[in-house]
Amino acid sequence: MRNLLLIAAMLSFAGCMEVEQASTPERQAGQTVKRDTNPWSNEPLAAGPKWNKGDRTSWEEQIKKRQLAQHEHRRIYQ
Amino acid sequence: MARMKFLCDAERCIECNGCVTACKNENEVPWGVNRRRVVTINDGVIGAEKSISVACMHCSDAPCMAVCPVDCFYKTADGVVLHDKDLCIGCGYCFYACPFGAPQFPQAGAFGLRGKMDKCTFCAGGPEADKSEAEFKKYGRNRLAEGKLPVCAEMCSTKALLGGDGDVIADIYRERVARRGSKGAEAWGWGSAYGQPPKGGAAPAAPAAPAAGKS
Repeated sequence: MRNLLLIAAMLSFAGCMEVEQASTPERQAGQTVKRDTNPWSNEPLAAGPKWNKGDRTSWEEQIKKRQLAQHEHRRIYQ
Repeated sequence: MARMKFLCDAERCIECNGCVTACKNENEVPWGVNRRRVVTINDGVIGAEKSISVACMHCSDAPCMAVCPVDCFYKTADGVVLHDKDLCIGCGYCFYACPFGAPQFPQAGAFGLRGKMDKCTFCAGGPEADKSEAEFKKYGRNRLAEGKLPVCAEMCSTKALLGGDGDVIADIYRERVARRGSKGAEAWGWGSAYGQPPKGGAAPAAPAAPAAGKS
């Protein structure tokens, strides 16, 4: 009996483990995929990489510089 | 125009799984979901064991986009393949179509419920407002909007995993291969994906035959 109660309790609490999937509204008829805004249209963080908001070229230039940090020959031996 | 890609150098990957852990931590990925994982071939065979870190490769012509019945995928201006969880129905077609096994489905529930698809976003968030709480909850952190690169590539201790504009990381890899004496030039797909024909010559290094045995 005790074991049965234990199993029943485990099953009833198991639902608490569910990953929340329903935080989004139901799909509406005719709803199409949303589009993301471009990363360069954001304001740069105060203590982060800098670019001119809305300027794709300056964002790409700074991200290119950041990519070169993965290049140890250029990073270390410069 | 940037075309965001990952490139993993099998000569350098030491199977530390740091990229996997960093991804899970940065994006607060749920239990049972690994957006990135390390695959090892010839496990335990001395001199032949190779590891490679795999996630969504943000394909230029993505098969997941082609098969999705609700058309929930889209591609950003810098070539990152993302999806809209509001539209995803969790059918799993993308999982079968993806050659890298990138799409993941949370199954942490008591009844094995398969949730909406989750995959690597190249740390670019999703279609919700950039850097918003809703975006973080559904898709994880948007590092591109902060002017940063994916955390897995940026924290890789051996710099085996490179992430960023395909042209730039291909140049880094090419120079690395040249410096270490060509090891790596025989990588599969080198000629078509990352090779550049020398001036007036043929494309470098034909792909080698795949090694026998998988683990």
